[in-house]
Amino acid sequence: MSGARQSSRLAEWDAGATTRIVEDLRHLDGPLLAILHALQDRHGYIDDQALPIIADLLNLSRAEVHGVVSFYHDFRRRPPGRHVIKLCRSEACQSVGGERVARRLEASLAIAAGETTPDGRVTLESVYCLGNCALGPAALVDGKLYGRVDEKLLRHLVSPEVAA
Amino acid sequence: MTVRLFVPRDAAALSVGAHGVALAFEAEIRGRGLDATLVRNGSRGLFWLEPLVEVETPSGRVGYGPVGPGDVPGLVDAGLLTGGAHRLSLGPVEAIPYLANQQRLTFQRCGVIDPLSLDDYAAHGGLDGLRRALALGGAAIVDAVAESGLRGRGGAAFPTGIKWRAVLEAEADIKYIVCNADEGDSGTFADRMLMEGDPFLLIEGMAIAGLAVGAEKGVVYVRSEYPHAFRRLGQAIDIARRRGLLGFDLLGSGRRFEMEARLGAGAYICGEETALLESLEGKRGQVRFKPPLPAHHGLFGRPTVINNVISLASVPFILAEGAAAYRDLGHGRSRGTTPIQLAGNVRRGGLIERAFGLTLGEIVEDYGGGTLTGRPVRAVQVGGPLGAYWPTSLFHVPFDYEAFLERGGMVGHGGVVVFDDSVDLAAQARFAFAFCAHESCGKCTPCRIGSIRGAETLDKIIAGEAPEANGDLVRDLCEVMRDGSLCALGGLTPLPVLSAFDHFPEDFERRPRSAAP
Ligand SMILES: Cc1cc2nc3c(=O)[nH]c(=O)nc-3n(C[C@H](O)[C@H](O)[C@H](O)COP(=O)(O)O)c2cc1C
Ligand code: SF4
Ligand code: FES
Repeated sequence: MSGARQSSRLAEWDAGATTRIVEDLRHLDGPLLAILHALQDRHGYIDDQALPIIADLLNLSRAEVHGVVSFYHDFRRRPPGRHVIKLCRSEACQSVGGERVARRLEASLAIAAGETTPDGRVTLESVYCLGNCALGPAALVDGKLYGRVDEKLLRHLVSPEVAA
Repeated sequence: MTVRLFVPRDAAALSVGAHGVALAFEAEIRGRGLDATLVRNGSRGLFWLEPLVEVETPSGRVGYGPVGPGDVPGLVDAGLLTGGAHRLSLGPVEAIPYLANQQRLTFQRCGVIDPLSLDDYAAHGGLDGLRRALALGGAAIVDAVAESGLRGRGGAAFPTGIKWRAVLEAEADIKYIVCNADEGDSGTFADRMLMEGDPFLLIEGMAIAGLAVGAEKGVVYVRSEYPHAFRRLGQAIDIARRRGLLGFDLLGSGRRFEMEARLGAGAYICGEETALLESLEGKRGQVRFKPPLPAHHGLFGRPTVINNVISLASVPFILAEGAAAYRDLGHGRSRGTTPIQLAGNVRRGGLIERAFGLTLGEIVEDYGGGTLTGRPVRAVQVGGPLGAYWPTSLFHVPFDYEAFLERGGMVGHGGVVVFDDSVDLAAQARFAFAFCAHESCGKCTPCRIGSIRGAETLDKIIAGEAPEANGDLVRDLCEVMRDGSLCALGGLTPLPVLSAFDHFPEDFERRPRSAAP
């Protein structure tokens, strides 16, 4: 499941694993999303080289597979950093200073939302509601949910002293 | 006797440290050899008190909160296991006014039971609805749901009984029950809480829907932003299957119903029912033209009931207690109870299940206690990103589908987001357009392009560029989006935008640029 297992334990992309994942899940009705999630869980992103393999095994055109991958905000096309912060940008979090947290975090990490720090440590992403709207600002950090976050807490959670 | 101690495993409780609290209690229990067991319940939905720890005493459940891991040894010293007094004591949990002043039907077990104990579930009235449904048969189940007055809680408020009847009457070899757990609206968390805190209720509701319309397969589409809920629901489905609540022989009746949970992939539009079906089929989440309706041509072209989590989870009560018990509650044409979700800049945010009819003021002031920041309330947005912004002068309006529509708003999925007086409604209107642009499925031009133009025009207004002329432009644009969009994403984005303009005009009257020094 995407978001549940980012960080350092990600495997390098390989064709054999992709084939195995597709074989394992193709029995599902409408298996494509489940396959893409399984790939992203394993590698942190969907490698371009996976698309023709999926298309062949599912009897779809490459354009169809590409169309699905690009439609959904979850699916990354590049490997993420060792840590992924998904910061909520929706209204309830805005009402308690969520945008200020976003601006400060972007400034201190020196990246914009959607980017990874040059040292490959942190990827910052925007999400739109985590269902923690009474305890905002909210963020998922490496798949763990946090409430009442500020820039300091988020930086701490991905700092070398705390996280591997 | 072993004392039961409750520390929530609800994602919101975990987000403020419940896991550390549970570990600290485990250490105390082991270290001191206490005769206590830890139960990981869902949340009561009193989020400002999380982590909210409860102890079962002979005189009922006693609460403490918000508890941090460091408080745990002191709590044990103070005799928490027998309900002893402590700085963090909340007294009997069910007497906390926020909870005592609710009518919990759908959420009666949420936060009370062990979410993964089917025995706990049954001991608290679970499965009564399914047993009744098995005795009734399809048409009578549909009649009961229709009589209850239940309307869809996902946002569109369509009568559930009518939808079910259409699927019951459709002829097909395969029919589906699809549960919409995409819950994309900011300010909402009822679906999440229920899936985490009482997942068997959703399973029971889906099984009843299957019996009602003659469907043997159910799918829950859970948004990927809810990893905890997805895991919990998956565990509950496995347990239900092992214990005969799902499978070939529902509770020994010979009837069958199977279900699975599937994960979304971060697309708000996949909450729209036809986009959701496309997504479940493994495609881009693009909205389908209607007709045909999902009831006739739904998942993989088969007749499909698609309902929100709360709609389905409301059904077991209706079957167990009778349609009248549900219908007798409510206001106007909005019958029964609904979980109002109070969120944003509010002191006491949480879930309030009440019969329809509470006023906005009662929700925000009486339950919520005003803003978290202590500043005056200036606006509330009700119904998610497509819902209107309301000024406090409309706080007398009752929570009721029609009453909200009459004043240019909507109840939606029941989220109420509070803003203090630092809010800039021009910025919020801009966000509404930007969100629409970000989430548009791309099928219609007014939504795909209009939303981008809208955001650009608001940038100009915010910069003080011809606010009046640009304001007129926004109004025209809203009209085009409202009339020319296939679904409510493009069609209702004008709601937050125009309500901001109409109720908070001062935020759009920027100083013209030329007047700047
Ligand atoms: C843009 C958009 C987003 C929606 N998001 C959701 C959602 O997250 N959850 C939901 O239950 N319904 C959502 N709906 C409403 C569904 O289309 C549909 O009405 C609902 O699933 C029907 O179930 P109900 O009758 O039980 O409410 C959305 C509609 C639109 C237009
Ligand atoms: S209104 Fe927007 S989201 Fe809805 S169908 Fe049209 S383009 Fe897609
Ligand atoms: S709006 Fe941020 S968690 Fe819901």
